[in-house]
Amino acid sequence: MLHPEPHPLEVTVLTRRFRLPNSASIEVYLATRGYEAFRKALALTPEQIIEEVKKSNLRGRGGAGFPTGLKWSFVPRGTARPKYVVANADEGEPGTCKDRLLMQYDPHALIEGMLIAGRAVEASAGYIYVRGEYRYLIEILDRAIEEARGRGFLGRNILGSGWDFDLHTHSGAGSYECGEESALLESLEGKRGVPRIRPPFPATAGLFGCPTVLNNVETFCAVPPILLEGGAAFAALGTPRNGGTRLFAISGHVRRPGVYELPMGFNLLRMIEEVAGGVREGRKLKAVIPGGSSCPVLRAEECDLAMDFDSVARAGSMLGSGGVIVMDETTCMVKAAARILRFYAHESCGFCTPCREGTAWLAKVLARLHEGGGRAEDIATVRETARNMLGRTFCPLGDAAAMPALSFVEKFREEFEAHLEGRPCPFEEVAAHA
Amino acid sequence: MKFSEQTEAKLERLLAGFPPDRKRAALVPMLLFIQDEVGAVTPEVVEEVCRRLQIAPLEVEEVLSYYSMLRRRPAGRYHLQICTNISCMLVGGAELFRHACRKLGIGNHEVSEDGLFSLEEVECIGACCWGPAMQVNYEFRHRMTPEEFDRLVEQLRRNASSQAPE
Repeated sequence: MLHPEPHPLEVTVLTRRFRLPNSASIEVYLATRGYEAFRKALALTPEQIIEEVKKSNLRGRGGAGFPTGLKWSFVPRGTARPKYVVANADEGEPGTCKDRLLMQYDPHALIEGMLIAGRAVEASAGYIYVRGEYRYLIEILDRAIEEARGRGFLGRNILGSGWDFDLHTHSGAGSYECGEESALLESLEGKRGVPRIRPPFPATAGLFGCPTVLNNVETFCAVPPILLEGGAAFAALGTPRNGGTRLFAISGHVRRPGVYELPMGFNLLRMIEEVAGGVREGRKLKAVIPGGSSCPVLRAEECDLAMDFDSVARAGSMLGSGGVIVMDETTCMVKAAARILRFYAHESCGFCTPCREGTAWLAKVLARLHEGGGRAEDIATVRETARNMLGRTFCPLGDAAAMPALSFVEKFREEFEAHLEGRPCPFEEVAAHA
Repeated sequence: MKFSEQTEAKLERLLAGFPPDRKRAALVPMLLFIQDEVGAVTPEVVEEVCRRLQIAPLEVEEVLSYYSMLRRRPAGRYHLQICTNISCMLVGGAELFRHACRKLGIGNHEVSEDGLFSLEEVECIGACCWGPAMQVNYEFRHRMTPEEFDRLVEQLRRNASSQAPE
């Protein structure tokens, strides 16, 4: 079981069905107010649905935190072109493993959220783009889609409304870049996952050049509770402009790593100490990456922080995808930075020069620094390379690589210096005795 | 080229999800589903996919060279993929990978002589809270230790020898 008994501090809105036997079945879903939100949405106008989502202060759970209702409102009305709804289930940001649980334990919540989005923008079809490694989830989702079709929630003339809408699963085949929305659409069209220039944004020119609503799995899963209890009730769970709860995946050096659903704005230190059981083996906290590997790292003393988009941004980092990576005092920051940058160098699609060259340089120099071959000027090289990438790449992957590189080297400079001039990594010995 | 009933059913469902003039959209999952059966995207597979989707070989090659899960040569019967990305690294993922190399006597992207195992060091597979994590083909294994890995390898060897070769 990937999801044990909820912690008493958890607020279970999206995860409320996780512990029920057969939670993925339509019977359990219907017995727990499943598809009620959609029935409610059928009685509303598209504008009313979007208004309710706006009121909820729901912001994109994939990482960017863009207001969901506003995103939906950009889709043009009354166009003759088909419109699409796409779920980004290409969960790939290191440190993030929450969408996997939502699809495993509550696939109908995703289907219902997409249905409501489809109704709000008058779409005719939807696709769930699942990363290739999550094959078992495609099977679960396909079963759930069949069940929903069987009950008349998908297909032609849904519940006698005269509206046709169908859903399909789609598989990626190994590419982090396809989690970026425009690269995802390219992949969904059968091409390499290379990003598109924006504008135009997917809301006006997305899949096959048609208006497309594209959201993260968790974002869609938050929609049924919003319609059921009202946008204001969802907003009230969080902090101003940051509505609802969030699934935080806490990994690394904590006693109880796991995925926890907590209100937006929950304190990061409390999350580590109380919810995740504190740092393992009574060690001291050294650093936290608050929202997946692309977010700037925080030093321990910066972690007394409300975990919502705006508070984390004020602290100089990002809430990102909610992947909280905890590092204790035995962690070598040079090694951590080198590993993260090796990932971005591997995943850069190579289309634009600052990202292709920059990630490769950062990975190379950081690896050299950790392995003991670092030169005094390497620290400056990391900073300059990262600064030259920021804001100068075609898609956010360049920033995603530059931000951790820059923050590690600026916040833990002393550790980088300790590795210079052929000195061995001061942490390797600690690790060997651990 | 004809595939098994199950694979053909999957491909049919995949194609049914797109407008008839957008068949090419099925390309990425189509290659993966066929690879699951054939073991690799062989030149014959490329030809067959081109025929079915009415696209040029170059368009398939572009995709084939981009996605890390697609391969031109077969992996082992059990493809062992060990994550060493940051969350798994913090709890011993890299050590687990090194152990696996020693245990199987092969390196990254290599296949054991008997064709039973192949090994790959992979990027984040979405199991960050249950690391060190790995996949055996598509099946997740969580909270692995070197000892657990050894037991897994023995188990897979027994499975292979008890199943009659096709």
